[in-house]
Amino acid sequence: MAENTKWVVSGAPHIHGSESITKIMWGVVIALIPTFLVSVYFFGLRALALTLVTVASCLLFEFLINRFLFKRPCCLGDGSAMITGLLLAFNLPSNLPFWMAIVGSLIAIGVAKWAYGGLGTNPFNPALVGRVFLLISFPVAMTTWPVPKPLFGGNAVADAITGPTPLALAKEGLKAGQTPDQILGGLPGYGDMLLGNMGGSLGEISAIAILLGGIYMLCRRIITWHIPVAFLGTAFIFGGILWLAAPDQFMDPVFHLLSGGMMLGAVFMATDMVTSPMTKTGKLIFGAGCGLLTILIRNFGAYPEGVSFAILIMNAFVPLINRGTTPKRFANAK
Amino acid sequence: MKTFNIGGVHPNDSKLNADAPMQELPIPKQVCVMVSQHLGAPSQPIVKKGDKVKVGTVLTSNEAFLSAVVHSPVSGTVNKIADIPDASLYPKPAIFIDVEGDEWEESIDRSPEIKREISLSGPEIIQKIKEMGIVGMGGACFPTHVKLMPPKDAKAEFLLLNGVECEPYLTCDYRLMLDHAEEILIGASALMKALDVKQAIVGIEANKPKAIAHMTETAKNFPGISVQALKMKYPQGAEKQLIKALTGRAVPSGKLPINVGCVVDNVATCYAVYQAVQKNMPLIQRMVTVTGPSIPEPTNFLARLGTPVSAFLEAVGGIPGDSGKVISGGPMMGKALSSTETCSVKGMSGILVLPEKQAHRQTVYPCIRCGKCVDACPMGLEPYLIAATAMAKDFEKTEKARVMDCIECGCCQFSCPSFRPLLDSVKLGKATVGKIIRARNAKN
Repeated sequence: MAENTKWVVSGAPHIHGSESITKIMWGVVIALIPTFLVSVYFFGLRALALTLVTVASCLLFEFLINRFLFKRPCCLGDGSAMITGLLLAFNLPSNLPFWMAIVGSLIAIGVAKWAYGGLGTNPFNPALVGRVFLLISFPVAMTTWPVPKPLFGGNAVADAITGPTPLALAKEGLKAGQTPDQILGGLPGYGDMLLGNMGGSLGEISAIAILLGGIYMLCRRIITWHIPVAFLGTAFIFGGILWLAAPDQFMDPVFHLLSGGMMLGAVFMATDMVTSPMTKTGKLIFGAGCGLLTILIRNFGAYPEGVSFAILIMNAFVPLINRGTTPKRFANAK
Repeated sequence: MKTFNIGGVHPNDSKLNADAPMQELPIPKQVCVMVSQHLGAPSQPIVKKGDKVKVGTVLTSNEAFLSAVVHSPVSGTVNKIADIPDASLYPKPAIFIDVEGDEWEESIDRSPEIKREISLSGPEIIQKIKEMGIVGMGGACFPTHVKLMPPKDAKAEFLLLNGVECEPYLTCDYRLMLDHAEEILIGASALMKALDVKQAIVGIEANKPKAIAHMTETAKNFPGISVQALKMKYPQGAEKQLIKALTGRAVPSGKLPINVGCVVDNVATCYAVYQAVQKNMPLIQRMVTVTGPSIPEPTNFLARLGTPVSAFLEAVGGIPGDSGKVISGGPMMGKALSSTETCSVKGMSGILVLPEKQAHRQTVYPCIRCGKCVDACPMGLEPYLIAATAMAKDFEKTEKARVMDCIECGCCQFSCPSFRPLLDSVKLGKATVGKIIRARNAKN
């Protein structure tokens, strides 16, 4: 019957909500804009160039792996490779040699993402795997931070000048027997740290810009509050306990929140949908674990910074957390 | 405002032209009455080719407890008994009747007066409802008399009337509540008498303020019946969700509403009960919403059962040129039809025509584990997990993930940003696990 071929027949539901993967990915890109503008402001066009290099190489590797290894039609449309590129750049010092950034992109896309089967199946955050790979392979280049040089106003500083991050200064200082107060005296004030006027990775310096992006993602329902609040809250409380117990050995909790990759990690890295738990309870546990591990590594570990490691370790626990935090079933829910 | 507790989604309600008056659809030249229009054991036809029938003549018989008979919606001659695809797309037996005039069985009271006094006793009401072939008209087609005979260890405390109509586009229950509020409530009173309950609550969503006002006003004359406005949220019209919203009680997994003292009936069912009990009229016609974004004037039709979908579409000016999909029911749970020759049945609440550009599914992306399906599930399940285990044919895990609790509302698929066909996979899992459970029970 000709009639039978005329109508589209498919199972219910026949309408769909407004959410789509493309909208989510572009939403994240929009949320990253303030942070990106701040880093261009403080680190100049080198920040822009480095971001372009990582984004382009991530897209290229994604395309090549799809086309030639998996022999699938291309999938750049989902936007995930672009976000991996952006986030990888945000986790690198802006003066990192381009070829290292390209190696980092290859690791992020090729190993962390496609070795596990591509979008949705990777257990670890690809951008963080790329960053940690670079940190271990090229420790000097990855910890040589350019001093921020505002595009407009500010003191003229020669291009080549580099310096340590506040976290590294604190770690060294405490090791050398300085008190936290002495160390803070030699650091940018908390106001400057909030705005981003300090050494650090390209996208981690400005807490305010990152929070702006986070609020945007909350409003668009791309993320929920659970992971960032649990992450930052636990870090603040645990850091605070240590500081109260021994104020001459540990930095205060506000310093921990504003320094290093804490904000970037809590808002953009830990909230990655693929590598975080499904349920709200799971997200709280995950965020709290990230905060706890970060403070542990920063205060007792060999590295001055622990956000990347903390998130990657918690990524490994996600399947376990998912299994332990099934949602409240209808009849048992309040 | 009250609503159910977990999950749910907020689709655009798209109640097009809801305030247009109801129209009677002309009787078509031939009707095609599906032999089984209920959930339960299939019926057998008791008429044969060439038999003369009147409106209200019984066409089928069924000895099973969970069953309902069908009556002739028209007068005329039985042309043939043959299989025709229904909304399930499977061919099922149907009785084709050539229409001649419009002669009714004499026992049916066709007078327009509203009969308020309920003279039948409780058991007589139940018997009448069974004889008149009344089934749940919200879509599930569960035989109504079965709900009125609870097992001995359970006692009904509440009768809940479902006037929620949470499916987008559909407006037939809304129309019915505006036009026949009193009859609905008399029908409800008959059900209360049959169940021996003192309290009934009508649940209506807040997007129907006129219906809420009119039903509230009418209910003042009915002791024990109250109207409760509910916050808009799909799937509030699902039985368990409605019970939760109206009474705060939760039906445990695998149990029935009667286990928490509730019986739920659609307002359209109550209207049919009124006609059966007070007017001796079998279920031979119903209100059907004909709607869609491209339909010039979406309308609610009162139409005889067995009317082909094509006759409804002609009445609204033909099928729009851009049409791509014809759905029996609403857009969330309705079934896509393969042919407009499919005929209306007791459970067909609407005919929705979607334009070609809305008819197709979008490109499917991998699951990004965002958890939106988990947040949306009104039963507190993990749709992504059920779908993944079912597709991997690991049905033991599918069962452990409580697939049998799924009410197939479609919230998971509606909210999936990767456009994954979650409900398709879940239904496959549910059907297979159901078979496994039945086989296991048969063995023990």
